[in-house]
Amino acid sequence: MRIPLSWLRDYVDVTLPIDELAERLTRSGLEVDSIERYGIEGSELPWDRDLIVVCNIREVTQHPNADRLVLAEVEYAPGVFHTVVTGAPNIQQWKGLGPISTPVRAIYAKEGAVLYDGHVEGRVKVKLKGKPVRGVMSDAMLCSEKELGMSDEHEGILLLPDDAPIGVPLVDYLGDAVIDIDVLPNMARTLSIVGMAREIAALTGQTVRLPKPTVKTSGAAIDSNTKLTIEATTLCPRFTATLVRNVTIKPSPFWMQRRLTMAGQRPINNIVDISNYVMLELGTPNHTFDADQVAQNHIVVRTAKPGETLKTLDGRTHTLASDHLLVCDPTQALSVAGVMGGESSEVSPATTNVLVEAAVWEPTIIRRMSGAFKLRSEASKRFERGVDAEMLDLAQLRLTELLQTHADGTVAPGMLDVRIVAPRAVTITLTTHEVRRILGLDFTVDQIAALLAPLAFTCTAVDAHTLHVGVPSYRMDVSHTADLCEEVARMYGYDNLPSTIMADELPTQRTNLALEREHYVRDVLAAAGLNEAITYSLTSRTSAAKLNPAELESDDYLHLANPLSPEREYMRRDILPTLLESAAVNIRERGMTRLFEVGHVYHRRADAILPAEPLRVAIVVAGKRHATAWNAASADSIDFYDIKGIVELLCERLQLSGVSVAATELPHLQPGRSATLILTVGKESHVVGSFGELHPDARARFDIPAMRVAVAELNLELILAHASVPRYTSISRYPAASQDLAFIAPIAVSAQAIEASIRKYAGNALSSIELFDVYAGANLGDGVRSLAFRITLRSTERTLSDEEVTKLRAKIIRGVEHDNGAKIRS
Amino acid sequence: MSIIDQLAAIEAAALAALHDITTVDALSAWKSEYLGKTGQIAKLSRELGTLAASDRPAAGQRFNAVRTNLDAALADRETTVNAAAQGHAFASEALDVTLPGRPLTVGRLHPSTRVLRMITDIFAEMGFQVWESSEVETDTLNFELLNIPADHPARDMWDTFYIETPPGAEKVLLRTHTSPGQIHAMRAHAPNPVRVILPGKCFRYEQVSTRHEMMFHQVEGIAVGTNITFSDLKGTLIGFAERLYGSGIKTRFRPSYFPFTEPSVELDVECILCGGTGCRICKHSGWLEVSGAGMVHPDVLRNGGYDPAIYSGFAFGMGPERITMLRHGIDDIRWFFSGDERFLQQFI
Repeated sequence: MRIPLSWLRDYVDVTLPIDELAERLTRSGLEVDSIERYGIEGSELPWDRDLIVVCNIREVTQHPNADRLVLAEVEYAPGVFHTVVTGAPNIQQWKGLGPISTPVRAIYAKEGAVLYDGHVEGRVKVKLKGKPVRGVMSDAMLCSEKELGMSDEHEGILLLPDDAPIGVPLVDYLGDAVIDIDVLPNMARTLSIVGMAREIAALTGQTVRLPKPTVKTSGAAIDSNTKLTIEATTLCPRFTATLVRNVTIKPSPFWMQRRLTMAGQRPINNIVDISNYVMLELGTPNHTFDADQVAQNHIVVRTAKPGETLKTLDGRTHTLASDHLLVCDPTQALSVAGVMGGESSEVSPATTNVLVEAAVWEPTIIRRMSGAFKLRSEASKRFERGVDAEMLDLAQLRLTELLQTHADGTVAPGMLDVRIVAPRAVTITLTTHEVRRILGLDFTVDQIAALLAPLAFTCTAVDAHTLHVGVPSYRMDVSHTADLCEEVARMYGYDNLPSTIMADELPTQRTNLALEREHYVRDVLAAAGLNEAITYSLTSRTSAAKLNPAELESDDYLHLANPLSPEREYMRRDILPTLLESAAVNIRERGMTRLFEVGHVYHRRADAILPAEPLRVAIVVAGKRHATAWNAASADSIDFYDIKGIVELLCERLQLSGVSVAATELPHLQPGRSATLILTVGKESHVVGSFGELHPDARARFDIPAMRVAVAELNLELILAHASVPRYTSISRYPAASQDLAFIAPIAVSAQAIEASIRKYAGNALSSIELFDVYAGANLGDGVRSLAFRITLRSTERTLSDEEVTKLRAKIIRGVEHDNGAKIRS
Repeated sequence: MSIIDQLAAIEAAALAALHDITTVDALSAWKSEYLGKTGQIAKLSRELGTLAASDRPAAGQRFNAVRTNLDAALADRETTVNAAAQGHAFASEALDVTLPGRPLTVGRLHPSTRVLRMITDIFAEMGFQVWESSEVETDTLNFELLNIPADHPARDMWDTFYIETPPGAEKVLLRTHTSPGQIHAMRAHAPNPVRVILPGKCFRYEQVSTRHEMMFHQVEGIAVGTNITFSDLKGTLIGFAERLYGSGIKTRFRPSYFPFTEPSVELDVECILCGGTGCRICKHSGWLEVSGAGMVHPDVLRNGGYDPAIYSGFAFGMGPERITMLRHGIDDIRWFFSGDERFLQQFI
């Protein structure tokens, strides 16, 4: 809401400097976005009191040496004259006509005045210097709006009303400021100059002055020939109409145009401007009809008939539905109620009689219609938030007064007024206890009443602790005691209230174990050298199809009803596609990547309207295994076993028991270099996820150059649910016996299986197993390989004897050979 | 020449020889030459038996004295020689200490994760527990139960992504704020007191720009009990701001509007970049918005399962990305979800 200060001052005395007023407003819930100053102190272009003044143009003559220039004889102080060279097109009409008999007021700037250059783009300050122009000395000028910083208008000089006082400093005549306030939905009462004046009066201890319009009526009363019928009684709490006859359509007065412009409205003509002016001044949107276009002089408020159409002022034709509300005559729709007028009854240059509508509408229907028609206007904005029905009488008076004064109209006596809903009368019982309970501060009833009274709440003390608070009609935001507590706090000052430490009972403390473990997973992966990424939950099937082409046709994705772009149209079902897109960027930029992401994916459920949101962890690593530097050369690149190492680390750090790995084939992974992680709990086995090297085709689809890209995506909830706390194993004080055993086994026998056998046969004495060599070669024969393990045996109770170690070794060899078809390599 | 004279000659020769020794090898050769089992002194000492019995004790003492003397001289020389040898070794191993160190491969947490943890940790110390709720929500939870009915102008405050649902089904959306968690948490605790902090991902139907993202994180807090006031809200948020920005940070509480709180408040802190004098970041106001908050609206308390005549509470919300941007001077929010390691590796 843009508030011109001069307009505000009509209704309240502004006692604070502008900056202080702005701070006070901001601290009271009316956040000041910006302050624009025109000519006054503090503005970007202050208008010098002595050098920029109001003048009168007495005569315009041709410049002797230039066709397109004229000489204007101006009076810039009573009885003081000067000749100004100008090319302004809007005074050419008086050229060569001799002394002008009517006043032509303009703005005169003397040498030395600082103005904006009218002839260059943007705002460039220049100081006015005298110089001859085609042989005539030019040391003063007549100013355009642009030169004064009032607007970008530079078509001609700014002409002022005839009564502008000659010689008065322009800053006194037109100097102003506009305070732009971000009005929150509950502050709709301040979407007007008077509403803002009320609030400022309450905040600064002043009294608001409401306009007191005077209207002289004549002719036949409105109800002699005009009728009003409200059919849609639930949607129109009150409707009023007045009639103004014999209006003249012309531009509105200068001051009104100026105020409208500063408030952000474009002046059109006197009728439209007056309508807008009263909306801005009183917060009551209204509408003017060409009364002669209203058939049978009968206004009907009703909902639309199915298929009915209406062409609105913006030239669009709307097809209406039965939940749309219209203002009509008996033959056709005239306007979309509270949203936009129709073309057929629009006030035109030919209009002589104006029917003035001021009404209030049920807010939600206005919002629905303005949304449906995409017609968000200043009027609909106010109606959606609530307009005070008690303001309509004043609004009609003000409208007819201005039409009488500035459109030369004759106001018909009377006002049609159909009132469906009685005036809102809300009284709230407020106790000192309640104020204490909500705000935490003890106030007496007198203190509360003193805080609320300036806001026009009527307070009646019932007893020492209880007030009955009457709510003004325009405070539609107040209906609970909580609303009144806010007003008490606001008037007392939020910053003046105490700040205390909660003394309330501390709730039962509960541990969020899953979250703690999730934090831990992030920490483990970061410690493993991976960078945590967070990628978009919104994605496209095209992106998912890079990983697995089958996704392109999948119906399993949650689809946005209103996507912003095709790239972010679906909710992801896996993390890897978006993470790989980030990885691709990193690989192209840096030749490597080490990323992980912990986050939710979204899976549609057949039996619930909300999707499942499983928690996943995804990992992408590629490029050099170690950072290279001048002193750390490493040619090794990441492969399958790096991602496996990370997965193993995660399982080990979370103390997962019962995990195993199986070779697998998946569309996105390279065959032979892909695995699933399986968690066996009791007799049930769960697939935790998969890992391996990205399939070269998938890699190409992500536009990653030829290299091994190792990826994993795991069900984190499953992992977290089975994580456990490490159990301490006592550290033996007795020496260990190391045995190196190499087994030759068919390649199909997994290392995992051989290791499991070793564990089985070594029993309690096993301290650790390390696979230290894998070898396959012609000397071993086809289809077999050698796996060499270093097995550490150790007792916690005694030193193992050579004999025990030898027996154990033999038992392990026998067992492994038997279980796996392996042979010990001698 | 008497044995004693011979001994003196050996001693003199030994000391002279020792003086010139500069290597560890020569030292051990010297030691066996003079002090070894077959060294000169040991050989000479075998002739002690030829002396008269009365002379033997004195001669023996003399031998011991010489040995002690030579041992001490040897130890001295060893120190000097070792130091010199070490000095040579050090010189040959000297490095250019200005060359870069060997890089470690370390990973980092996402800056939003860091800041989310900082925020939740501060509130955890005040007795708030972390509570999470789903990212895809119903219109009822995201709006209706928070006092934001359909066709209410306040809906303009949240531009919303909706999920396609069959006609007639309940509207499903991507939560626009973590506030639905308030209802979930209250319903899980009522009528017992609740004090939780709700971090999570949120979504807004918003064109992505340097300052706006369609996806972001939010942290919501709510405390409900029988004795919780607006003053407690102030104390809690001031305590938080002082922990995050340092004690003594200036704060400002101004009335605001959220449909689910009444009274509502916006907490500003003095701009941490300009110190309140006004800059581009604080839009020349000297203040930065940190948190929207308020006393839980009676209707919302009721929707959460509490009788608003008995229970009261406060709620607050804040954006960790904004806090992170201010903390690290990040000028473009779009980096947060880019997964670009040139961005991620800039943080600790």
